[in-house]
Amino acid sequence: MPKIKLPTKSPRIDMTPMVDTFAVILTFLMLTATMRQDEPANVVTPFSISEKPTPDFNTMTFLISPEGKVFLNMDNGPDTILKLRRKLLEEMGKRYAIEFTEKELREFEKFPSSMGVPINNMKEFLAGKTSKERDPFQVGIPMDSTDNQLGMWILCARQVNPAINASIKGDSETPFPAVKKVLDNLQEKKINRFMLVTSLEATQINLEEIQQ
Amino acid sequence: MAEIIQEEKGKGGKKKAKKHPPHIDMTPMVDLMCLLITFFMLTTAFAKAKVMDIVLPEKLENPEEQKAPAVAESRNVNIILGPDNRIFWYPGAVKPADYNANVFPPLIELDYSATGIRQLLLDKNKTLARKIADFNDMVIKGEIVLSQDSIQGSIRKLKADDDTGPFVQIKAYKEANYGNFVDILDEMNICGIGRYMFVDITWYEEKMVEIAVGKATASTN
Repeated sequence: MPKIKLPTKSPRIDMTPMVDTFAVILTFLMLTATMRQDEPANVVTPFSISEKPTPDFNTMTFLISPEGKVFLNMDNGPDTILKLRRKLLEEMGKRYAIEFTEKELREFEKFPSSMGVPINNMKEFLAGKTSKERDPFQVGIPMDSTDNQLGMWILCARQVNPAINASIKGDSETPFPAVKKVLDNLQEKKINRFMLVTSLEATQINLEEIQQ
Repeated sequence: MAEIIQEEKGKGGKKKAKKHPPHIDMTPMVDLMCLLITFFMLTTAFAKAKVMDIVLPEKLENPEEQKAPAVAESRNVNIILGPDNRIFWYPGAVKPADYNANVFPPLIELDYSATGIRQLLLDKNKTLARKIADFNDMVIKGEIVLSQDSIQGSIRKLKADDDTGPFVQIKAYKEANYGNFVDILDEMNICGIGRYMFVDITWYEEKMVEIAVGKATASTN
């Protein structure tokens, strides 16, 4: 019997199907991706059983950091076709007698995450090129009774978009008085309905157990 | 993974014409795609955050003119969110004569677990919780066919018609945190409480918390 001669050359693996699969996955991810935005403050939202997803439009989100700083975001990201962010900043500029240039307005439109800049520093903030230059201005929106800029932002936001809803995104460790201040501000402007941003947690209750 | 392409050399130094179609090495392409996929996976926020609705009572222009609702004291449950993730409750209401005389009812301490506050609320809300659970069971079993909106509506109706459940008043002490606030509202949803409200804490309730955590004593004036 003649010996079967094994091929000495290593077998060639055809990569084409693998490439195809990867291409499909890649396309899917690229199309469904919503980029994770770098928020000015890191918050870990508390858990709840609510299954309602966050709305993508007609919403303003108040981000409240564990230190009690407040940041505002409109429609979860950069400006949409309605140019609400632009109108909002123009309106704010009018109220505080600050003239924003075309370039600054465009910068504000493009800004992807929440901002918490006192209006007097807004120009310097928008002039910054990198997040390193900008971050020092992100000190939270002032909301003292003497200089209640948060209230003004709420007022202007409602003027720009009357259908806007308020949602609150706080950290579990955020002290309650800080949240209360924001709630009071909203209630002053006759907004009594809020959405609290939470993460989903499954809970079950057993009625039989408690009926004993 | 690079391949070494062996060239066959003819005997007379002459190159033979290739017969096979050229093989394209896909490995670098695969590597690149792997990198891209990893990048997208890491930057994509897959799970969208959820929201919980809450409606706060309207701020009154002149609260003195508003009459307090006539509620049976036995149905009143006051929940106070305390410092350090502690939670207290007391039944009924404190009368002005009592707190003016510096007599405070003791607070009962609970915790946020299933055996703590949830046990209490379900106990008080037995009838309504049972009704809602039965209704949900029937929907799951297919005995009632309704759209999602009508299910929500029906549960809301059950809650509105209920006249046995507790009136829960939630109050937050100044050292409570936001997580407690969400937890307790979530607890209201889990237990199917029909009537709850979030109200400002009163000075005597702050005092009661301070007594309960040992910051103040009942006798000090």
